[in-house]
Amino acid sequence: MYKVKISNLVKSFGTGNVLNGINLNIKEGEVVCIIGPSGSGKSTLLRCINALEVASGGTIIVDDYEITNPQVDINRVRRNIGMVFQQFNLFPHMTALKNITLAPRALKLLNKEEAEERAFSLLKRVGLESKAHSYPHMLSGGQQQRVAIARALAMNPDVMLFDEPTSALDPEMVGEVLGVMKSLADEGMTMVLVSHEMGFAREAADRVIFLDDGVIVEENEANELFANPQNERTKNFLNMIL
Amino acid sequence: MSYIDLLRESWPRLLQGLVITLELTVISLIVATCLGLLFGLLSISKNKFLRGIAGFYISIFRGTPMIVQAMFIYFGITGATGINMSAYTAGLITLALNAGAYISEIFRGGIQSVNPGQMEAARSLGLSYSMSMIRVILPQAIRMMTPALINQYIITLKDTSIISVIGVRELTQSGKLIIASNFRSAEIWFTVGLMYYITVYILSKAGRLIERRMSYVQSKNK
Ligand SMILES: Nc1ncnc2c1ncn2[C@@H]1O[C@H](COP(=O)(O)OP(=O)(O)OP(=O)(O)O)[C@@H](O)[C@H]1O
Ligand SMILES: [Mg+2]
Repeated sequence: MYKVKISNLVKSFGTGNVLNGINLNIKEGEVVCIIGPSGSGKSTLLRCINALEVASGGTIIVDDYEITNPQVDINRVRRNIGMVFQQFNLFPHMTALKNITLAPRALKLLNKEEAEERAFSLLKRVGLESKAHSYPHMLSGGQQQRVAIARALAMNPDVMLFDEPTSALDPEMVGEVLGVMKSLADEGMTMVLVSHEMGFAREAADRVIFLDDGVIVEENEANELFANPQNERTKNFLNMIL
Repeated sequence: MSYIDLLRESWPRLLQGLVITLELTVISLIVATCLGLLFGLLSISKNKFLRGIAGFYISIFRGTPMIVQAMFIYFGITGATGINMSAYTAGLITLALNAGAYISEIFRGGIQSVNPGQMEAARSLGLSYSMSMIRVILPQAIRMMTPALINQYIITLKDTSIISVIGVRELTQSGKLIIASNFRSAEIWFTVGLMYYITVYILSKAGRLIERRMSYVQSKNK
């Protein structure tokens, strides 16, 4: 059924609400794309889903874990939620391989051989088998982001969060990262992403959500939302970016 | 007596002093580095109380002269509590606590200079705070800290001479005692100075080597 259930989510950083009552249910295998102006709370929403930001109110349930319950073992829950960052955040003192094997090894989920085997197959999947022993600084932005995706996948998450995964990339590298994400979507991964890549949203997203001022203003199937926005704010925003 | 003869005569005592100086340096720095890690971590803790403890310790030892610290620990504490402590032990404690305060600040700075995205990435994989610290943050922090740390090690090596005020027979005190018996102030202080200089020189060369071996080209991810 629902992989992610968000009800009445409120987040404030002290002054005013950044998120103001978000209700959002995401089905297993669904790909949801969040768009909205800068400062509208997109990253905050995404980061609440794996508790990098602690919600101020409301509930978030991922799988059967209630993230917003302070009693929950957050480290356990986070294993099931992969996150990919705009700035990649690869560990610079480790090779691509080590970046990928770190968490499964440190958490004793896999032994060294198993972890490396999985890492190699993930690297192959993102087209970087030959870069296993390269350090992040030796890789291009697109390659780093693909390693970061492989690193998140190494924990076998059942939800993946992407926060503007291509906006720090040179234009010629956007495609390779979106390609990997598309194949993930095709394989049935549940994905929530913040991105203004309209082409990707059209092709891969089941739903596009327009966030403004901490509320979901409008949501719809991608082509429908882009072609027939109902709300004035949505129209203005789409006019600005399309 | 020529300088060579003077050296020959006082060399055993100077060497003994140097050994004590090195002992004090090595032992106190091992302890100080552990203290520095501990209080450095406390000083970035979310817990106000723990941060307070770290802040208090650091400010006390940075805010008072080491000579006063040594006197207080040796004469003050032994006098007030009746605990019997040798000058050597008191000297070690002073050096360790003093360097520990500075090294805490070095750790804090090192940890805070690591991009916060690193901690977030580690936590998002399900690693605990301490595991993220050990596997991801500290290895990067320590690389960045190395020059400052080596600088502090050199300062502490030289600061061992302050411990002579409580009568520990390290290099400086040995020099003082030799001069008291032969009044060859210029030659002995010159020799003592030279011995410090050579030791510091070796330490800083070794430090440079370690620094180079540990460095990787830091990717700024930006
Ligand atoms: N840690 C924080 N402390 C205080 N305010 C914050 C913090 N993080 C975010 N905010 C504020 O919350 C609001 C929403 O930020 P958020 O990063 O979620 O926006 P966004 O939609 O992702 O924007 P962008 O498109 O620029 O990434 C902004 O006004 C921001 O200044
Ligand atoms: Mg953002």
